[in-house]
Amino acid sequence: MVTSNTQSDALIFRPLPAQTPPLSLTGPLGWLRENLFNGWFNSLLSIGCLVLLTIIIPPLLSWTIFDATWAGNADSCRESSGACWTFIGHKFQVFLVGTYPSSEVWRPALAGGLLVLLSLGTVCRVFSKFILISMWLVFPFIMYLLVNGGLGLPIVDQSRWGGLMLSVGLALVGILISVPMGVILALGRRSKIVTIKSLCIGIIEPIRGVPLITILFMASVMMPLFLPENMQINNMLRVQVGIILFSSAYMAEVVRGGLQAIPQGQIDAAKAVGLNYWQMNVFVILPQALRHVLPSLVGRCIALFKDTSLVIIVGLLDFLGMAKASTQDSNWLGFDAEAYIFCAAVYWVICFSMSQYGRSIEKRGPSEH
Amino acid sequence: MTSTHSSRDSNVVIEMTDVNKWYGTFHVLKDINLKVNRGERIVICGPSGSGKSTLIRCINSLEQHQKGSIIVGGTRLTSNLKGIEEVRREVGMVFQDFNLFPHMSVIENLTLAPIFVRELPQKEAEELALHFLKRVRIEEQAYKYPGQLSGGQQQRVAIARALCMNPNILLFDEPTSALDPEMIKEVLDVMIELAEENITMICVTHEMGFARTVANRIIFMDEGEIVEENEPEAFFNNPQYDRTRFFLSQIL
Repeated sequence: MVTSNTQSDALIFRPLPAQTPPLSLTGPLGWLRENLFNGWFNSLLSIGCLVLLTIIIPPLLSWTIFDATWAGNADSCRESSGACWTFIGHKFQVFLVGTYPSSEVWRPALAGGLLVLLSLGTVCRVFSKFILISMWLVFPFIMYLLVNGGLGLPIVDQSRWGGLMLSVGLALVGILISVPMGVILALGRRSKIVTIKSLCIGIIEPIRGVPLITILFMASVMMPLFLPENMQINNMLRVQVGIILFSSAYMAEVVRGGLQAIPQGQIDAAKAVGLNYWQMNVFVILPQALRHVLPSLVGRCIALFKDTSLVIIVGLLDFLGMAKASTQDSNWLGFDAEAYIFCAAVYWVICFSMSQYGRSIEKRGPSEH
Repeated sequence: MTSTHSSRDSNVVIEMTDVNKWYGTFHVLKDINLKVNRGERIVICGPSGSGKSTLIRCINSLEQHQKGSIIVGGTRLTSNLKGIEEVRREVGMVFQDFNLFPHMSVIENLTLAPIFVRELPQKEAEELALHFLKRVRIEEQAYKYPGQLSGGQQQRVAIARALCMNPNILLFDEPTSALDPEMIKEVLDVMIELAEENITMICVTHEMGFARTVANRIIFMDEGEIVEENEPEAFFNNPQYDRTRFFLSQIL
């Protein structure tokens, strides 16, 4: 501390200037020391990993890229020792849209393109919050119209829907409906009104207690037994409802966790300024609660997307189902690895994008969400 | 909840008669009788756990009493909370921990209730908010977030937020207890200015200097009861009960 006397008796306090940290703590060398070689055990681990990587990577690269077949037919694939990407190219349409009639493929393609544009628009935040939400709410209807037909477009029977289109469709509608439903169930579960509370618990707990496969079976096989004979609800819709119910129950518990993290003072303050129950929840409680649980919420959305692959159990061929079916083609036997790697890659790209987007929202300041 | 009472004495804004409240089996308020006149400034003090906060939280039904009657602005509070918002918009409240909404900017904190409860147009609500921010001398912070402000600034924002509802009654629940010593004065100064404007104030606080300056009446509570109440001079100089004397000797 530097002090000096002035004419008056008081001492003047002057804080010391801040200094930069010593060089050995910063820079790339500092980083290496800090992260890879701090202590003998970590150094050993780092070296071990390096050795492992040099063993694994070269054969992996030669199989996937250098020795791989990129053109030709099944026979040219069998002659080479690498991966057969020709197979993927050949089956590309089946992977994406299943057995959707070729003449109409532009429709799901257009829907997919719109979805990508909408997602990009969301990530780059070119629209206001209100427009964005309404576009996401309208989009499923446009998607349905395009894929299903109607308004002049010929109807395509739902038995011909499949592939990635089906996975994305089920997941998207599932997410868009189950998040708000989860919020309502979570609020209901915390309600002081006993009937509402027990109703919500009565929905959430049984659903959380059974596997998704059970619910899909119930929806697909057992529900028609209970319905009157002349009442037909198609399989796709029943499966979709099953997925929504299952996901809502989980979303509800995630949201409830967030609601519990809100201090009582926030509720008091919201009430004290005269907000009613819904205003309090919409403007004060939920924005904070959802923000707290955003990582788990995004996690649930990703899980939901991946869980749609279970619809193969009830006879729907989603992306993974189509990949599996394609490997059974007698002209293209023996390329299971390529099919599954392609599937994994596509799933990874979509899920990773969702999780990155989730992180980017988390990082935004309180001003921006 | 809103059975309107035509109060005989229109000057009485809060009337509590034989109010009792329990938390489970714990008897937290015992036979509270209190009349507050329009424009009166009341300070409630007492040891912790004496029921001071509970008492004022009953006035806007953040807590509910189980026996007796509370009439606020001619409306009797009952256990049915339907329509309680009508009462709450007349009664502003400032909390110990500020309780600003952390996800909203200062100006959004202030305009939320005026827009959605008083149904003012956004522009008007913002003008109102800026007006009150100016009064608490913090208008330059209008577009910051609560987390970026000091405790004293946050508490002044909280006061402005309460004022934006244009309340007849202001409740303060230990407004300076969570503040650093250097910031207590800036909040008290704002409260003293408010006191000069004839708004009805009920303030739970241990700031005896503040009580002496602004209060018309000081209420001392212990064990859920009002032990004694008096004008500041008489209260400080000539307390009637030994309990009050002991309390004052501890804090003065």
